[in-house]
Amino acid sequence: VIPSLDAWLPVLVVAASTITGIAIAPLRDEQVRARTILNLAGALAKLALVAVIFQGFLRDHEYESRLALVPGFDFVLRVDAISLLFAVLSSVLWLVTTIYAIGYLEGSPHRSRFFAFFSFSVAATMGIALAGNLLTFFVFYEALTLATYPLVIHRGTQQALAAGRTYLAYTLAGGAVLLVGVGWTQAIAGPVEFQLGGALDAVAEGRRAELIVLFGVLIVGVGVKAALVPLHGWLPIAMVAPAPVSALLHAVAVVKAGAYGIVRIVYELYGLELAVELGVLAPLAAAAALTIVWGSVRALAQDELKRRLAFSTVSQVSYITLGVATFGPLASIGALVHLIHQGLMKITLFFCAGNIAETLGLHRISELGGIGRRMPLTMAAFTVAAFGMVGVPPVAGFVSKWYLGSGAVEAGELWVLAILGVSGVLNAAYFLPIVYAAWFRAPTADWEQRKPGARAETSLVLLVPCLATAAMALLAGLLAASPISPLELASWVTEALYAP
Amino acid sequence: MTLALAVLVPLVSAIAAFALPRGWTARTGMAGALLTAASAASVVALVAAEGEREVALGGWEAPLGIALRADGLSAVMVAMAAAIGVAVSAHAARSLPSRGGAGWRQGQAFWPLWLSLWAALNAVFLAGDAFNVYVALELVTLPAVALVTLERDREALAAAMRYLIAALLGSMAYLLGVALLYGDTGTLDLVGIGQRVEPGVATTVAVAALTAGLLVKAALFPLHFWLPGAHSRAPAAVSAVLSGLVVTAAAYLVLRLWLYALAPALTLAAAEALGVLGAAAVVWGSLQALRAGRLKLVVAYSTVAQIGYLFVVVALVWEGAGSGQVGLVSGEATAWQGGIYHAVAHALAKASLFLAAGNVILCVGNDRLSGLGGLSARLPLTVATMVLAGHSLAGLPPSGGFTAKWLMLVAAIEHAAWWWAIILVAGGLLTVAYMLRAVMPAFGRAPATQNAAPVPRAMEVSAFALALAAILLGFRGEELVSLLEVGM
Repeated sequence: VIPSLDAWLPVLVVAASTITGIAIAPLRDEQVRARTILNLAGALAKLALVAVIFQGFLRDHEYESRLALVPGFDFVLRVDAISLLFAVLSSVLWLVTTIYAIGYLEGSPHRSRFFAFFSFSVAATMGIALAGNLLTFFVFYEALTLATYPLVIHRGTQQALAAGRTYLAYTLAGGAVLLVGVGWTQAIAGPVEFQLGGALDAVAEGRRAELIVLFGVLIVGVGVKAALVPLHGWLPIAMVAPAPVSALLHAVAVVKAGAYGIVRIVYELYGLELAVELGVLAPLAAAAALTIVWGSVRALAQDELKRRLAFSTVSQVSYITLGVATFGPLASIGALVHLIHQGLMKITLFFCAGNIAETLGLHRISELGGIGRRMPLTMAAFTVAAFGMVGVPPVAGFVSKWYLGSGAVEAGELWVLAILGVSGVLNAAYFLPIVYAAWFRAPTADWEQRKPGARAETSLVLLVPCLATAAMALLAGLLAASPISPLELASWVTEALYAP
Repeated sequence: MTLALAVLVPLVSAIAAFALPRGWTARTGMAGALLTAASAASVVALVAAEGEREVALGGWEAPLGIALRADGLSAVMVAMAAAIGVAVSAHAARSLPSRGGAGWRQGQAFWPLWLSLWAALNAVFLAGDAFNVYVALELVTLPAVALVTLERDREALAAAMRYLIAALLGSMAYLLGVALLYGDTGTLDLVGIGQRVEPGVATTVAVAALTAGLLVKAALFPLHFWLPGAHSRAPAAVSAVLSGLVVTAAAYLVLRLWLYALAPALTLAAAEALGVLGAAAVVWGSLQALRAGRLKLVVAYSTVAQIGYLFVVVALVWEGAGSGQVGLVSGEATAWQGGIYHAVAHALAKASLFLAAGNVILCVGNDRLSGLGGLSARLPLTVATMVLAGHSLAGLPPSGGFTAKWLMLVAAIEHAAWWWAIILVAGGLLTVAYMLRAVMPAFGRAPATQNAAPVPRAMEVSAFALALAAILLGFRGEELVSLLEVGM
């Protein structure tokens, strides 16, 4: 057999970021150029590798890396349709976030430490994306916790350290629950791997009750990161982290890893048929619905911009869970496409919040009156993303909600439609006042006075990423029918999911 | 002959280090350490290639002679001792100077004691009969106590005294048990005992005495009272050996006796009682580690906690066997492998942590947690060592500690032993908590008035190598597991 590169590519994708991190760690903070080159080279290399894998996957290549650790204990990285979806999202947004972070952290201390752990977080996220079985997923899930912790406490203030403790307490406790679930799965079914259609079918006979409890344990395990109410307490507190970290946590890495875990468990561990048969989807949908409404209600009451965005994440990520828990291809498309769309929109919002905080030192919504005149481009990006979150066409969020809603009708679950409606109203209620204030309210400060000598409203390194992601969110909605849109990708995955 | 060399080489080196002139002590000691490691490697190679081995020293058969026996488990233990032994020696060559400097007497005394301790440890791992185990245990205890007294302050001497008394009481209890067993079965050979032992009052008393003796030496809660003082007061290199190897050796004997030789005379209830003590150790040790104010004390209490897992494993293996015979077949093997994995991963990580603590003390002058500020900038490699070792200790993936926890957890769930599963998981979370509490201050701001002494590179690298080994153990388990299966 000719030794094939295919068996190495999944490992290389994870290794690309790991090596970047290891190379950055020993640099001194002043070595800006070396660090920037490493950062960009790592992010670009990863993007290229994912592109190669994408191309190959379309031509029926199989990518699988496997390492036997102990008997019955394989470490598997494999590319399948769902993992590809998440890998593409992560690698694209990572490049953007890296550029943004380079601009955002310029001049602050401990930059090498920051970017090293930033790279380790990417590596862990890619590992989560490509994990071929629950155990591998768990390994990277914990690695992600540990790699993001130093980012959360990056500022080193008392508040940041306290937030870090809360973050660890939640995520490690969730990890411990997940570990029990993973071990339990191993005890029931042996070393099962993720596969479309589910892997636990064969052992379901006579173990229904056990499998139902196990489902609960696994969902609680990943639900902490997915911020399912009442396991979401860490998310608003982790807001003390620098803006690029928040963007990362909310759009690509941590929260998304939890949602992605739910996708994997329902679609590829239990399989939709078994999940429906066991009746575990209804409670999951109920939990998601509760989270959607609760997150939105709490968001209404927040004056601090990042906190409002955080509660909005609690709500928005559960759209994914809601779609997963609603049986039917349209709902599945909605869930999978929202995995991408929510990432694009939320990362834009956090970039904008970061720009405002970094340029003008403002953190509260009540201080933002008339800010559209001072930072028109930033606020334009914010407006696009906020409209998307509310579900205004043609921004990406509309497409998500359309499919989720159609899926609810298809499944005959009209209450889901009602939840979507209520949530839409609430979304509008907490996003539109910000947009309104920014453009139409009287200025709360003399913006012209605060204007620095620069030509642009803020540094270009901060501005371009948020404009780019906003454009992506807009295009993902406008060109939803084109063959390279996220929607097309999600439909393609769903086809495989429901293939007989 | 290979087996005998693993004991004789360190013994001869110890004598040479003692007898040669002062300028030669450290060099002789280091050479002896490397030779001992080589002899350990040849034991492993032999067992891996040819299976279980047995020799009667000098041609004398039991019960008169000294029988050495090596199966896969012995080989793993000997290899573990070698890995830690080399790192500790490299550390001690710098941290305990034997020529110039004020503390040269420490270095002079260290090498003969440490090498004879190593010889005795290998003898424990390779001993083929219960009486030789006793002799070897005594030979472990005496240099171990003497090593604690190297730090000549009042607290160290008091701690050493407490350790000596506890260890001797333990030895006596063990000897009593062995004598009763001999009366009962007429043999001292570990395999022979396993074939002849039968349940009965005499056997119960014998097992109780023998086990109690070993539990003192293994510092199982509530018999751990001597450990925190002795382990935290000794010089770093000594603490690393005591916590990494000496305690593990006693726990190893409990595992070997309870799961092989004495198994026919034991019951599930007894195994569960041992497991409960282990669980209590995990909780109690962790809580004490969470309250300790000094780094070395945190690490020492962590030993009390981590040793507990090895006794939880006894219960787990028995749960798998049910009320019948422990056969160490398939199902139970998972728990068993997990236990040994834990013993090795813990020993590596723990030795590494104590060596790192020694570096901290050398740099800052003390190991109070409140004084660790700024260390991440000053001793980055040592702080990285503490992070990696803590990572494995807490059983976070990927690491040897994680593989161990995973194997034990799967076994617990397979037997629906939920209480044990909860203890395993909760113990891991507690470990994260106390390790974070110990390591996080190192990332804080450095106090303004602090004079930092330079730390030799070799001291940092030796500690780091052990931590790295603990992590890497999580990536390659096949060899270790297949070695363990030799002679099962």
